[in-house]
Amino acid sequence: MPVFTISGMILRSLFGRPATLMYPFEPREYATGSRGHIEIDAGTCIYCGLCRRKCPTAALAVDREAKVWEIDRLRCISCGCCVEVCPKKCLSMARGYSPAVPSAGEPEKHHA
Amino acid sequence: MTQRSIIPFGPQHPVLPEPIHLDLVVEDETVVEAIPSIGFVHRGLESLVAKKDFQEFVYVAERICGICSFIHGMTYCHGVEQIMEIEVPPRAQYLRTIWSELSRIHSHLLWLGLTADAFGFESLFMHSWRLREKVLDIIEATTGGRVIFGSCKVGGVRRDIENAALRTIAATLQDYAKEYREIGGVFLEDLTVKRRLCGVGVLSGEDALQLGAVGPMLRASGVAQDMRLLKYAAYGEIDFSPVTAAEGDSYARCSVRVREIFQSVGIIRQCAEKIPDGAIETKVAGLPDGEFYARTEQPRGEVIYYVKANGTKNLERLRVRTPTFANIPAMLKVMPGCQLADVPVLVLTIDPCISCTER
Repeated sequence: MPVFTISGMILRSLFGRPATLMYPFEPREYATGSRGHIEIDAGTCIYCGLCRRKCPTAALAVDREAKVWEIDRLRCISCGCCVEVCPKKCLSMARGYSPAVPSAGEPEKHHA
Repeated sequence: MTQRSIIPFGPQHPVLPEPIHLDLVVEDETVVEAIPSIGFVHRGLESLVAKKDFQEFVYVAERICGICSFIHGMTYCHGVEQIMEIEVPPRAQYLRTIWSELSRIHSHLLWLGLTADAFGFESLFMHSWRLREKVLDIIEATTGGRVIFGSCKVGGVRRDIENAALRTIAATLQDYAKEYREIGGVFLEDLTVKRRLCGVGVLSGEDALQLGAVGPMLRASGVAQDMRLLKYAAYGEIDFSPVTAAEGDSYARCSVRVREIFQSVGIIRQCAEKIPDGAIETKVAGLPDGEFYARTEQPRGEVIYYVKANGTKNLERLRVRTPTFANIPAMLKVMPGCQLADVPVLVLTIDPCISCTER
């Protein structure tokens, strides 16, 4: 009956390069198309509010009069629905985590 | 007569990533009876159909489980598409098949690691998860997410994979298969592993059928039942046959899952060769009206989605029967007579996914 069948694998990992990354000292490389967080180019946004209507978690708020686009980062699930429906293509899906939020219930605001 | 005592197992236990509680009635070290209780993480996701649009609900369905998330979303879409008589483009069907199999590979590697952890083989656990990480990288590159794919929608899929990329993925998985063979060899041949798995928790095929076991639990007892044979997605055009084992013990369940990894690699290779060009989604018009039972094969076994629509944008009722729920009676059946130290292994061999079960 075979014993120590894992020894080859163990020896290779003992003398080989580590399988893990020394995060955060070495930055993680995200795949192209990785769904990280939503970014807006507020300059081209027309504040139509289509993204707000399509957002499944109601993370977005758009004020057409005041020209303010808001996102609640803690509600956003990075599904990319808003990016798909945006008529001006001013929304984009960026790679990596979203920046930390100071407190819950305080949406991030973007003005024109 | 030996005195009986009750030992609580869970809801917090080193081998359990999720909470389930068992009251183990023991005589010395031998388990006489196991009494389960579940309901620690109920989230009421089924009732969300009353609040979410039927197309938006895919996101909720995907979040029922963090491991087999894609197949949950796909089964939901399949149910709604059948009600609305939507013809999903063949390319989308193939992509669904590929993603289903990728999620099966990563789920089985996760299970192998957890099982190694349950019988105390930490190095094996880490190497299983090292291999799983590579599959997660493929998933992230193709869908954008590591475990929540978010790539399925009613009427098709949201992302395409280029044909050249598909062939590269199939070739990469073939390379990984060498490593899977090596780690599978440790699970299936090593003396220490066999001592912990062989003859532990034997379930006969008859009992498995009678108790309604599904998936690898049922196939390891010699019953060749696999929902992929129902030919949903592109499985009708793929050549495969259910992986079975005859013994019905924990070792057989482990062996079925190890061999299913290779089967999935083969299915992805076939898909990459056969995938047709064309559209990846059909436009959805109108509202669903009717009901449908969608049955698909998850890594853990058969999942059933009962979808009932009434012609409005919200569904009337959604009911999900997950494979873990179906496998709990079989798990309780094999426990009496086992040693207390074998309980973690027995709980793990049904591949429990409690959040799935309680939704």
